[in-house]
Amino acid sequence: MLARGTGAVQTGAGANAASPPPGTPKTRLRLINATVSRGGAVLLGTLPFAAVAVAYLSTSAQRLAVNANDKLLPSPAQMWSAFFELATVPDKRSGDLILWADTYASLVRLFAGVGLATLAALLLGIAIGFIPRVRAFLLPFVTVVCVIPPLALLPILFIALGLGETAKITLIAIGVAPVMVRDIANRVMELPPELIAKAQTLGGNSWTMVLRLVLPQTMPRLITCVRLALGPAWLFLIAAEAIASTEGLGYRIFLVRRYLSMDVILPYVAWITLLAVATDWLLARLSRVVSPWAHPGSGK
Amino acid sequence: MSRIVVHGLEKSYGDARVLERVSVTAEPGEFLSLVGASGCGKSTFLRILLGQERQSGGVVVIGDRPIVPEPTPQRGIVFQRYSVFPHLTALQNLLLVEDFRSGGPFGRVFGASRRSARQQAETMLERVGLAHARDLYPASLSGGMQQRLAIAQTLLGRPQILLLDEPFGALDPGIRAEMHELLIELWDEHGMTVVMVTHDIGEAFKLGTRVLVFDKVRHDPQFPSAYGATITYDLKLDRKSRASARDVAEVAAMVGTTRLDSAIATTAS
Repeated sequence: MLARGTGAVQTGAGANAASPPPGTPKTRLRLINATVSRGGAVLLGTLPFAAVAVAYLSTSAQRLAVNANDKLLPSPAQMWSAFFELATVPDKRSGDLILWADTYASLVRLFAGVGLATLAALLLGIAIGFIPRVRAFLLPFVTVVCVIPPLALLPILFIALGLGETAKITLIAIGVAPVMVRDIANRVMELPPELIAKAQTLGGNSWTMVLRLVLPQTMPRLITCVRLALGPAWLFLIAAEAIASTEGLGYRIFLVRRYLSMDVILPYVAWITLLAVATDWLLARLSRVVSPWAHPGSGK
Repeated sequence: MSRIVVHGLEKSYGDARVLERVSVTAEPGEFLSLVGASGCGKSTFLRILLGQERQSGGVVVIGDRPIVPEPTPQRGIVFQRYSVFPHLTALQNLLLVEDFRSGGPFGRVFGASRRSARQQAETMLERVGLAHARDLYPASLSGGMQQRLAIAQTLLGRPQILLLDEPFGALDPGIRAEMHELLIELWDEHGMTVVMVTHDIGEAFKLGTRVLVFDKVRHDPQFPSAYGATITYDLKLDRKSRASARDVAEVAAMVGTTRLDSAIATTAS
């Protein structure tokens, strides 16, 4: 055993209540080794939010003090009443509760697009990663498609597919699928050759190996992939809704922009953020349920 | 339980020749230990036997026909790393063997065959001393336990030939001795032909009925990779009597090991 020289430090440890537990030498650690306690992490994590909130509230209060009709930085009360009205009072013309109608329309588009992309990633990614002939056939094509900026395809999609739901869902799917396909294909190609050889010595054929080896081992990566793809997916959704739509979260934001209705835009952005965070959290939970082996230390 | 015949085997990667003129015949039930300096091609030889790599020349016959150049259930393998499937628990790893063997469209057996597979798997877990770990994932098993599981899984596949690629290389000496006992017992029970690659001369002598040394006999100082390794030494051991320390020393000198005393100690244990 190495001598640690811990005894000498213990005598002085009582002087300061915040000092580390006795026995730990009190030294300045390098930045990368100085860990944060749980409470400290919560505090540090809250700071940026608090800073933004304080900055907004004070500037907004100043502007409203000068001009009570200022529309650029509405007060929290104004935003809440606008948001509450959209959520609870039926629209005069359509009779819909606008917030929920918008949310429903947007989420259907988002999940349809991302769902299609996920399906493509799973089917094409595994085929490209696992079967050399399919890889030779499709990988160059997918690699090229990956670098096309999806928003440049938006006019083509609107011309070809019309202004309806199909074009918007297709934009989201085309926007995120190629990267997902490549990522899954890479993951499959990274599977240790030992495992694939062993599966064959146990009698696995190409199909049963996909089912019992490749699919379960790819699952955690696929879910990570979906989580990362949701960022761009929201971008494409809002872009498509801004250009041609009659409802949806992105449509609403761009619609009320004409009236400088920051009291609607800001809560809508917060609402979108909340939806995105919730989806991400659900997917992280899903990964733990589906692939407990990939998350050691969580449960079993 | 098949005979392995290798004749005039060659393997090159581009210009670099790894193996040349390798010829050896293994009778059913023999236990071949392959030793040699690092990078001498003994693992390549094993991968060719497995079907993971294709030879550049020569023939390999197992039973009565040349091997197909892909892994098959005829030959089982235990690797040093990635030896079991990390996404399955110990029991599921063993059940997977029957699932794969059935070859059905779902890659899974159901009903009565599942129950009998489960029975077999539990018996095998018991046999290798892992009954208490049946519901653990490999990540929470120790290295020795993972290798036990890997051996159990491979044996459930009922291979004619068992290939071992430095299976105990990453284990502590004490665990390694336990694994030697287990392997010898299982080999006695199943009687398959075993080909084991190892760095440990003592292990080679202790387990093998035959020790093969891979080394280069021809050297080109201008182009070191011009010639490959071949079998330079082939010693049949009588399992009843222990290998003599002189034999161990001789092989150790060929392979260039510096741990001669520990090699002799392992052989004698």
